Amino acid sequence: MNWLIEFFSDPANWSGSSGIPVRLLEHLEFTLAALLPAALIAIPLGLLIGHTGRGALIVVVSANLARALPTLGLLVLIVLLLGTATVLPVLIPLVVLAIPPILVNTYEGIRGVDHDLRDAAYGMGLRGPQVLVRVLVPVALPLILLGLRLAAIQVVATATVASYVSLGGLGRYIIDGLATKDYPSVVGGSVLVGGFALAMQGLFALADRLLVSPGVSRRVRTAKIR
Amino acid sequence: MIRFDGVTKRYADGTVAVDHLDLEVPTGEITVLVGPSGCGKTTSLRMINRMIDPSEGRIMLDDVDVRTIDPPTLRRGIGYVIQQAGLFPHRTILDNIATVPYLLGWDRKRARSTALELLERVGLAPEMARRYPFQLSGGQQQRVGVARALAADPPVLLMDEPFSAVDPVVRASLQDELIRLQAELHKTIVFVTHDIDEAIKLGDRVAVLRVGGKLAQVADPATLLAAPADGFVREFLGRDRGIRRLSFVADTGLRLRSDLVVPVTSDLSRVAGVAADVESPWLAVVDEDNRPLGWVAPADLPRAGTLRDVRPLPYGTFVRGKDSLRTALDAALLSPSGCAIAVNGDGRVIGVATRESLDEALALAASEAPEPHDAPVREDADG
Repeated sequence: MNWLIEFFSDPANWSGSSGIPVRLLEHLEFTLAALLPAALIAIPLGLLIGHTGRGALIVVVSANLARALPTLGLLVLIVLLLGTATVLPVLIPLVVLAIPPILVNTYEGIRGVDHDLRDAAYGMGLRGPQVLVRVLVPVALPLILLGLRLAAIQVVATATVASYVSLGGLGRYIIDGLATKDYPSVVGGSVLVGGFALAMQGLFALADRLLVSPGVSRRVRTAKIR
Repeated sequence: MIRFDGVTKRYADGTVAVDHLDLEVPTGEITVLVGPSGCGKTTSLRMINRMIDPSEGRIMLDDVDVRTIDPPTLRRGIGYVIQQAGLFPHRTILDNIATVPYLLGWDRKRARSTALELLERVGLAPEMARRYPFQLSGGQQQRVGVARALAADPPVLLMDEPFSAVDPVVRASLQDELIRLQAELHKTIVFVTHDIDEAIKLGDRVAVLRVGGKLAQVADPATLLAAPADGFVREFLGRDRGIRRLSFVADTGLRLRSDLVVPVTSDLSRVAGVAADVESPWLAVVDEDNRPLGWVAPADLPRAGTLRDVRPLPYGTFVRGKDSLRTALDAALLSPSGCAIAVNGDGRVIGVATRESLDEALALAASEAPEPHDAPVREDADG
């Protein structure tokens, strides 16, 4: 506890390029920079495969790869190959890491929509893309958001380790702290990473509330009469 | 009118779901496709709105081959109701009903006001409009399903086992509701069910299909009950065919007697005399408004006071000119007298159908039953 107070009360930790605000911002940047491209690749792919039923193998392979892939190993390998002149070598493994949970959940969400619902949608005269956008996506949205959430957790955690290869972010406090036996820094950094992950979770919970229809999440908005 | 012209559906594995179906679905009527599972009834229905395309033959909708119409355009002009309702869970009831109007590009206000009208038309309270499907019971969801199918006022309605997933009581009320709606709307309805009683209750015409997708018989329900084309149809119709057929025999053949009716104000001292004059052990008692109160047996009554002092025995009524012979017979069986009280549309007594007159009417109905061998077995589309 003393270490915590020591870490957070040190004014040096609140300013400059290695201050908490800057490190937090860096961490956020890396997370978004990895999550955004991953979502841009995985969501459309998951929607397409889920809707057409073609290419399901990609989803299976991706899910298995995700389990087997040593992210840190990949990270070190790419950094060794490309150097650390840019952040790209660090981002690539993070993006690769984030794709499978988004892809798998998007796909499962679309595939899992009740067959009768699809049938009714086509039977009403909706065209294929309209069925996807107006019916399947709203109904599958909770799972799509879950995929993003899982991806975000993994990226936040791995971005911490990524500080190992001289990337900024909250991981620096832990890595540098360990190297210099500066335990207040290690503990403070851990708390910051934890808090950051919780804040991300809160953000997704909020997105869930705002974006998912009450009819899907079954949050009752109008009072039941009977 | 919808016409099936030698329609066959054969799947890649060689299964034949529908086999050379020739069938006419007349405009403004309910045609029921009924049969055991695997008889191709749902496949036949789904070929009308091109959810499935036939392998051979044509389906003509008002003399246009449906294959020449782009499926989504075709479907927006045909109402479609399925078993589990298939409501969109993320949309409110109102927006569910307005699905097709939105697709057709109606402005939001018009689509919603139409949807609200339809909500009431299918017997749901306006408060339901803002709810989501999960907040409704199965029966209510099914009503919304019907409202959604009617929203753009399509001339044709396809209903695929729409009432199969709800309990019998709700099912009966949904069936009554459909009959009521149809009396107002006169849609051309194709209704699929595996329940022969539902088929007979709802259908203006009933097409019985057998496994393998062959048409066994198509006829109006009374003819079907009186003269099943073959053993399969007979077996499928089940027991009590004769009694059930009476539902389609009008009560107008029933002779009524008005001399068995006495007002409740009558003196008991006189009542026995009336009974003797009309040679009946039973008299029907009516109130000052001429509404039925029940039956009395004058022989068992005290001799003093008026009929008001007597508690009449239970009775059954039928509406003259509206109810069937079956209802009249049922009414008779509910009374100790074995006679049925006939009332007019306002519930006022107009006479009594005695056992003798019921007997005559039953004999007449039996003699009019077509003989199986010369029955109209099948009406071919090009016949």
